[in-house]
Amino acid sequence: MLPYLLKRLWHTVFVIIGISVISFFFIHLSGDPVMLMLPADASHQEIEALREQLGFNAPLYEQYFRFAFRAIQGDFGNSLYYKIPAMQLIIERLPASLELATAAMIIALVVAVPIGIISAVRRGSLLDMGSMLGALFGLSMPHFWLGIMLILLFSVQLGWLPTSGRGTLAHLIMPSLALGLSLTAMFARLTRSVMLEVLNLDYIRTARSKGLRERMVISKHALKNALIPIVTVAGMQFGFLLGGTVIIETVFAWPGVGRLVVQAIFNRDYPLVQSIVLVLALIFVAVNFLVDMLYMYLDPQINYFEDK
Amino acid sequence: MNVQALRNAQLFDKIEPRLRYAGETMREVARRPSALVGGVMLVLVLLISLGFPLFYPIDPLEQDLLARFTPPAWQDGGVWVHPLGTDNLGRDVLARLLHGSRVSLLVGFSAVLVAALAGIVLGLVSGYYGGRLDSIVMRIADVFMAYPFMLLTISVIAVLGTSIFNLILVLGLSDWVTYARTIRGSVLSLKEKEFVEASRAIGTPHRVIIFRHILPNVFSPLLVLGTLRVANIIIWESGLSFLGMGVPPPMPTWGRMLAEGRIYITDAWWLVTLPGVAIMITILAINLLGDGLRDALDPRLRNI
Repeated sequence: MLPYLLKRLWHTVFVIIGISVISFFFIHLSGDPVMLMLPADASHQEIEALREQLGFNAPLYEQYFRFAFRAIQGDFGNSLYYKIPAMQLIIERLPASLELATAAMIIALVVAVPIGIISAVRRGSLLDMGSMLGALFGLSMPHFWLGIMLILLFSVQLGWLPTSGRGTLAHLIMPSLALGLSLTAMFARLTRSVMLEVLNLDYIRTARSKGLRERMVISKHALKNALIPIVTVAGMQFGFLLGGTVIIETVFAWPGVGRLVVQAIFNRDYPLVQSIVLVLALIFVAVNFLVDMLYMYLDPQINYFEDK
Repeated sequence: MNVQALRNAQLFDKIEPRLRYAGETMREVARRPSALVGGVMLVLVLLISLGFPLFYPIDPLEQDLLARFTPPAWQDGGVWVHPLGTDNLGRDVLARLLHGSRVSLLVGFSAVLVAALAGIVLGLVSGYYGGRLDSIVMRIADVFMAYPFMLLTISVIAVLGTSIFNLILVLGLSDWVTYARTIRGSVLSLKEKEFVEASRAIGTPHRVIIFRHILPNVFSPLLVLGTLRVANIIIWESGLSFLGMGVPPPMPTWGRMLAEGRIYITDAWWLVTLPGVAIMITILAINLLGDGLRDALDPRLRNI
């Protein structure tokens, strides 16, 4: 197990280095990053001053190492617009985004897994066909549009829920539903197909033939194995959820990092954009690493010595 | 004449197996109702998107301030001159939707083409040659996988500027990983097969083995994947457009129509509803077709 862990850790370190390289270099894509950050009518002195302040006069590799070295110490530079450390802004906004993504993930799993199981067990029934058709619609709807439709229905027409902001549970309902819908659809389909596969396996027949009740067979025997791919995908999707918050937070004026990054882009606050991208990618990597660990726990059969 | 007939017959002999295979595949696809419905829907969407100037030659940018916020024709106050109503500047919503469809479809299909080309080459080469090259490509793929896609695209678009070309390039190049991984997986199992071994034994160059013998065999997973990804790319394009980072104005896009309509949500429901319906119909068609293709061509890919 230890060699596997070390290998996995080394992979993670490599990915983090890669991410830091991309995060660092993307603002150099246009040639001169200083021109991006200043208004078009900035004077020569202003340009030079900013270039000096951000250290853009040094060679690229030196800039990268300086950036990486600071980032390791948790120093992501200052936001040009807010004039305070980027990290401070991110830490202020991150809980809101994590709250939204977590709520969406919980909704998706709580709704989708039972639907997927029932669809698999009652394969071909009206319920199965109905829920799979529903899932297909769910996958075909852009989540921000669903958000707008929810606002139209529950805020504009019925006046039940607030259109924007954060604070109470009522504020959380629409954004998390909108963010979680396509995920719900995806998990329902995944759970169904995994369950169908598992239910055909020999050990399920054994469990049935020894007279276990169907309920037990499904919940104790089949579901436990079906959970493995679901957990993996859930981990992978968490990162995409964080990315998805970018639009949903804009729709619902949710004060998270997604909205912060969109505002930062329009404010030409690239050091802040860079920091947010880096932090979110790091969270994604960390979640994936944790999922891998969970995987080991869920499936003791996986051979962690294959590369030895 | 006779020589020509003989040559035709020879040619036909050569291409017949592939033709029959394609025909069988088509029948297999057509047997699935979902693929059939999706395929017909998609063809209709494409035909309408290409041919609408013939039957609806209205300028999507022409403003008529006296006819602002005209509701769709079936509602009170609606007129048949503007079947789906007008927006805040009195522009015809149907004309804007039709023009917007071209942007979405163009970006969707082109970005998938870019992603697939990059992914095919990297996947084939890294799967076939293996070794150090393979690990480098796969580690780079890991990095791309770890990057929240939306953030990657919006940050790059923000730096490069918005244009249809940048959009296609960025969406395409951020999405190569899925193709590379899928193809690499198929190549890994294919290269152990006898027909590859046989052609290697008679000294066929690697290049020929890769492109003539292996590539045609990874075509079905590629087709399935590509179809389903078009749907994702269209959703992403509309999202970027919604954020103001899509194709620059004045070109109407579905995403921008939603963003502009959102301000008038209390007065004009159609401005926020109809572009979404257009997106949903298009995506639904593609997803139905993709699902059907997957079931018909490669049941193992069910979980994508």
